[in-house]
Amino acid sequence: MIIQDRMTVTSQQQIAHNIFEMKLNGKLVGEITSPGQFVHIRVSDSFEPLLRRPISIASIDQDAGEMTIIYRAEGRGTTILSQRRAGDEVDVLGPLGNGFPVEETATGETAILIGGGIGVPPLYELSKQLTAKGVKCTHVLGFQSKDAVFYEEEFSKLGETHIVTVDGSRGTAGFVTTVMEELGNEFSTYYSCGPMPMLEAIEKMYAGKKGFLSFEQRMGCGIGACFACVCQTTEGSEKAYIKVCSDGPVFPAGVVAI
Amino acid sequence: MNRLSIELPGLSLKNPIMPASGCFGFGKEYGQLYDLSLLGAIMIKSTTLEMRLGNPTPRVAETASGMLNAIGLQNPGLKGVLEGELPWLEQFDVPIIANVAGTETADYVEVAKMISQAPNVKALELNISCPNVKCGGITFGTDPEIAKELTRAVKEVSSVPVYVKLSPNVTTIVEIAQAVEAGGADGITMINTLIGMRLDQKTGRPVIANGTGGLSGPAVKPVAIRMVYEVSKAVNIPIIGMGGVTEVADIIDFMSAGASAVAVGTANFVNPFVCPQIIEQLPAKLDELGINHISELIGRSHRL
Ligand SMILES: Cc1cc2nc3c(=O)[nH]c(=O)nc-3n(C[C@H](O)[C@H](O)[C@H](O)COP(=O)(O)OP(=O)(O)OC[C@H]3O[C@@H](n4cnc5c(N)ncnc54)[C@H](O)[C@@H]3O)c2cc1C
Ligand SMILES: Cc1cc2nc3c(=O)[nH]c(=O)nc-3n(C[C@H](O)[C@H](O)[C@H](O)COP(=O)(O)O)c2cc1C
Ligand code: FES
Repeated sequence: MIIQDRMTVTSQQQIAHNIFEMKLNGKLVGEITSPGQFVHIRVSDSFEPLLRRPISIASIDQDAGEMTIIYRAEGRGTTILSQRRAGDEVDVLGPLGNGFPVEETATGETAILIGGGIGVPPLYELSKQLTAKGVKCTHVLGFQSKDAVFYEEEFSKLGETHIVTVDGSRGTAGFVTTVMEELGNEFSTYYSCGPMPMLEAIEKMYAGKKGFLSFEQRMGCGIGACFACVCQTTEGSEKAYIKVCSDGPVFPAGVVAI
Repeated sequence: MNRLSIELPGLSLKNPIMPASGCFGFGKEYGQLYDLSLLGAIMIKSTTLEMRLGNPTPRVAETASGMLNAIGLQNPGLKGVLEGELPWLEQFDVPIIANVAGTETADYVEVAKMISQAPNVKALELNISCPNVKCGGITFGTDPEIAKELTRAVKEVSSVPVYVKLSPNVTTIVEIAQAVEAGGADGITMINTLIGMRLDQKTGRPVIANGTGGLSGPAVKPVAIRMVYEVSKAVNIPIIGMGGVTEVADIIDFMSAGASAVAVGTANFVNPFVCPQIIEQLPAKLDELGINHISELIGRSHRL
């Protein structure tokens, strides 16, 4: 169920250049059903900035009633969010959308998880849940440069992890596809989140494979009422259009026209 | 006695608060969050004869205390709304105001005729003011003669009272208001969004794919209040006011300016519980102002 919760910030840390990790405590955590779901955060109690900001859930700790979000402080809203300290309250609406289907990969099978920049966070909880059920995960994580890299160690603990940077200052130089080419097609499922050109390249490269992609779109309501976040579907899809916020953000490969 | 009840053509409102068209879909999403029977009424998303897929994305952009949108009237079409949306809303004790849009008179007439026969549709809201579609929409809302003729044509076929939604993107809004009154409108709803544009700092190009978008949110409230004030002095039909409402104090302002009821749009995105919260806070606000029944507020600004 979607709820509006005043969650308590339990920690806020800068973990890379302009990248913040925030832990939030509240009853909303108990409503989360799958990795890849997101929350809609009101960064200020005033109407400036006006709109909520959509941010993925990066990690969940049900016992502690705590979730982690990882975000880039870039524009007005996320910069205000980055100034919150432990003990502050934040207005959070969620959990929203449909996340990555963990059940699509069977125990003993392998999955490849590909993330780009701020698309990396939701893959962390996904990898935790997949590895917990005995899926072998390989991670390919792309960043701009070495100061933007985060969670390398956390992902490495869960499985083989390849870091790629555009300028080559850390890991492989180039794009995630550079590493993907070397890894080949010997896996059962792929899961990805990142910028549109990256998703497009991945879908092409893994044509015919089973995969799930998480999309981004500008949002208004975040719950399916305003039609701000719509994407066209490919020909032959059941629906003429889909809403990223409530039908997605995760879709099977081939559904969204990219 | 219900201190919040308001009687308008076709509408027995238990309170004068309702979500504005396009900001509440067809109710299902907000219906997951609270009981829709709490609302005075619901203005559903604009409905056109055929399904519309709307404009390319990005469709929204944030601005200072507001936002721009160019959704492009995306909706499932008349048949989709009659079969897939309105029946679900029948479980709630709440009158529906069906927003009707089109590109030519014949479309408006067809949609109005059919949708006004749905059992829970108690009034129509004629959208002659959408800034985000290429033809029709706003052209009907900027020429008084055309607005009057369209109102008349729709009145002829509608089984329920017809409210006309005015565009603020005109030189003299009073002229249009008087024209639709002469065309037989039972009421006016106002204002729709103000045409605006936001540019991307890096590229210099418009952020919204459509180029322009409609401005809404707290930023437009002073414009809306001024227009409701002017129109309410010039016509004898009731007004449902809107534009930038976020809290109970805004309801007092709109009603004082001359509105008989108030719609809440953009604020639903920021605070999904804004409508029931305002409704809950109204009685205490009336006490604070020493007002017995909410109708005493209507048009206070005009009294000497
Ligand atoms: C489902 C989903 C999950 C996301 N998860 C994450 C995450 O885990 N970590 C993270 O850092 N970012 C994530 N994003 C992107 C994040 O929403 C934007 O970076 C953020 O909204 C920008 O806000 P701002 O205040 O920095 O920028 P501003 O420039 O002030 O934003 C202005 C407006 O544009 C919108 N906007 C700007 N960029 C984007 C974008 N890329 N996507 C959607 N809306 C945007 C804002 O929400 C706001 O309404 C996600 C986006 C979506 C749709
Ligand atoms: C995302 C969005 C979609 C809208 N869609 C419609 C619509 O389909 N038909 C319509 O008559 N008005 C539409 N409007 C206008 C609102 O109903 C309202 O007139 C306007 O937003 C001003 O009120 P507000 O400031 O409270 O949002 C839309 C507004 C927004 C923000
Ligand atoms: S953001 Fe409103 S429908 Fe998706």
